[in-house]
Amino acid sequence: MAIFGSLSDRLTESLKNLRTKGKLSASDVDGTVREIRRALLEADVSLDVVKKFTAAVRERALSDDVNRALNPAQQVVQIVNEELIEILGGQQRRLEFAKTPPTIIMLAGLQGAGKTTLAGKLAKWLRKDGHTPMLVAADLQRPNAVTQLQVVGEQAGVTVFAPEPGNGVGDPVKVAKNAVDEARRRQFDTVIIDTAGRLGVDAELMKQAADIRKATNPDEVLFVIDAMIGQDAVATAKAFQDGVDFTGVVLSKLDGDARGGAALSVASVTGRPIMFASTGEGLDDFEPFHPDRMASRILDLGDILTLIEQA
Amino acid sequence: MAEARSWSFGGALRNLFTGQQKRVIDEDTWDELEVALIGADFGPDITESVIAELKEKVARYRTEDYADLQRMLREGLEERLSKFDTTLKLTERPAVVLVVGVNGVGKTTTIGKFAKFLTNYGRSVVVGAADTFRAAAVEQLGTWAERAGVQIVKPQQQGQDPASVAYQTVDFAKRNGVEIVIIDTAGRLHTKGGLMDELGKIKRVVEKQAPIAEVLLVLDATTGQNGLMQAQAFLESAGVTGLVLTKLDGSAKGGFVLAVQERTGIPIKLVGQGEGIGDLTGFTPHVFAQQLVG
Ligand SMILES: Nc1nc2c(ncn2[C@@H]2O[C@H](COP(=O)(O)OP(=O)(O)OP(=O)(O)O)[C@@H](O)[C@H]2O)c(=O)[nH]1
Ligand SMILES: Nc1nc2c(ncn2[C@@H]2O[C@H](COP(=O)(O)OP(=O)(O)OP(=O)(O)O)[C@@H](O)[C@H]2O)c(=O)[nH]1
Ligand SMILES: [Mg+2]
Ligand SMILES: [Mg+2]
Repeated sequence: MAIFGSLSDRLTESLKNLRTKGKLSASDVDGTVREIRRALLEADVSLDVVKKFTAAVRERALSDDVNRALNPAQQVVQIVNEELIEILGGQQRRLEFAKTPPTIIMLAGLQGAGKTTLAGKLAKWLRKDGHTPMLVAADLQRPNAVTQLQVVGEQAGVTVFAPEPGNGVGDPVKVAKNAVDEARRRQFDTVIIDTAGRLGVDAELMKQAADIRKATNPDEVLFVIDAMIGQDAVATAKAFQDGVDFTGVVLSKLDGDARGGAALSVASVTGRPIMFASTGEGLDDFEPFHPDRMASRILDLGDILTLIEQA
Repeated sequence: MAEARSWSFGGALRNLFTGQQKRVIDEDTWDELEVALIGADFGPDITESVIAELKEKVARYRTEDYADLQRMLREGLEERLSKFDTTLKLTERPAVVLVVGVNGVGKTTTIGKFAKFLTNYGRSVVVGAADTFRAAAVEQLGTWAERAGVQIVKPQQQGQDPASVAYQTVDFAKRNGVEIVIIDTAGRLHTKGGLMDELGKIKRVVEKQAPIAEVLLVLDATTGQNGLMQAQAFLESAGVTGLVLTKLDGSAKGGFVLAVQERTGIPIKLVGQGEGIGDLTGFTPHVFAQQLVG
């Protein structure tokens, strides 16, 4: 879009300058690193992470460990791209299933991040894969969250365990605990627990999430985070890591045009793998996370990689 | 506003100044200011321009004093924030308010709070459940209408055209002499052309009955620089007249709205700070700047 057009152009421009010169000098690298820094900030990567990242790029670009077969511009882009993919994909992995079913998956995240929708997506995906998932309505707080999960469950063609009406009525910890017994009794092989949205700064609600975790001992706790989130991604991710601890990350709303710098921040700060990308409101809009695509997206490297090909 | 609820937004820049009365302005000052402004999501452009402006003032007044810096920063931000009129225009009868925004930002919740806010001032309100798409969106708005003690117009069948629900809501208000109409719409990403066009249609259909008083774009304070794209796209497709900044009770600072205001000229009109029905206030630039900088 218009606002950011110039950014990619600037980066391209700075790389073009590099291309015409013989070898990487410190000032070449610094100029490019400045543009990369700016691009990362525009993409909402947290400042701390940007600093660490650009320092690593700078160091590598000036070391002897560069690919001599490439021209200087290609070298820098390659380094940037590799470093990004390294952080984003270093910990790639798939869902962990329990040795003795049911496998328990708990969802957590800020308000409106996309948890309930994801519950439906996971359920549908697992069902298609031959599993027998059960959804659990443990958000008893947000108005009509229970109804929402019931609708989503119906769309996914799966059973929804919803013993409490919600809207402030019922104990989510008890519901989650009972759900696991219920799943065992009725032989569902996966249990997906939807929880209320909560802020990182809300100690009481964070404790509730921790209690749900303790009561159900999940195989996976997925932290759902909106790809549009800004600098708060780090504080929020840390708060959820300290508060409930999650085993994986799901990046939602990637169907928009957010650059998704949060992916880099969260992966880098928590060391937890990003496992899935949520890419729409429909229950099929969901896929495994691709670190290479995300790297291109964050830095708008698509254009730049093309430029390199033309070099 | 209770202290416990005061925006963490505040802390962001205020921490720069607490206990620093004796300090002189130096290079580190500018680095720290940059960290604070970027960290509050002001974005690199505004951050650069705020810092350049301050450096220039510090040089012009030949000051080294932290208290001066704090005052200049506060005044500078307040000046930027108060360039636009933040009052809601709700004088028409009925006054129709359309609420729009991307998915999950807090539109429906804001409508519940806003309805209550208006009834507190003695206004009669009807809300229209024109989000006929999202699972249980109608029921959710129904719960809020009940909490706020206002009337609601719901779709007559599943998946009814949102424009027709909006039309029926305005029609209801006119027939029953209800003063203010607030219409909920489905969340939509600003990049989805078809869905954005639908907003234009809702507007046109409503305008056949009554002029639209306000189109409020709800922005989530946790959002980063994408908030700018959202605002530009919604401005083009829906003619936004005011911004609502929600979720300021969290640790996010929402600094991107300043860039939104400056680029689009649309003022912030309401601020949401919680999931409770009372957690909505009007927007006052000097309070905001004061909260921010101290
Ligand atoms: N465009 C898009 N919208 C999404 C995606 N995931 C969820 N949504 C929408 O985002 C909004 C919020 O989604 P929910 O699933 O209700 O989010 P939640 O985290 O359960 O929200 P709370 O329970 O209120 O905390 C809804 O309008 C969803 O349709 C996505 O990947 N892309
Ligand atoms: N902490 C906090 N949560 C909020 C605030 N406003 C809304 N929420 C929560 O954010 C989530 C989404 O709110 P909704 O009102 O459903 O958002 P929406 O924009 O209508 O969502 P869609 O219709 O799905 O696009 C819910 O869990 C709300 O309780 C706020 O100011 N602070
Ligand atoms: Mg939910
Ligand atoms: Mg809604």
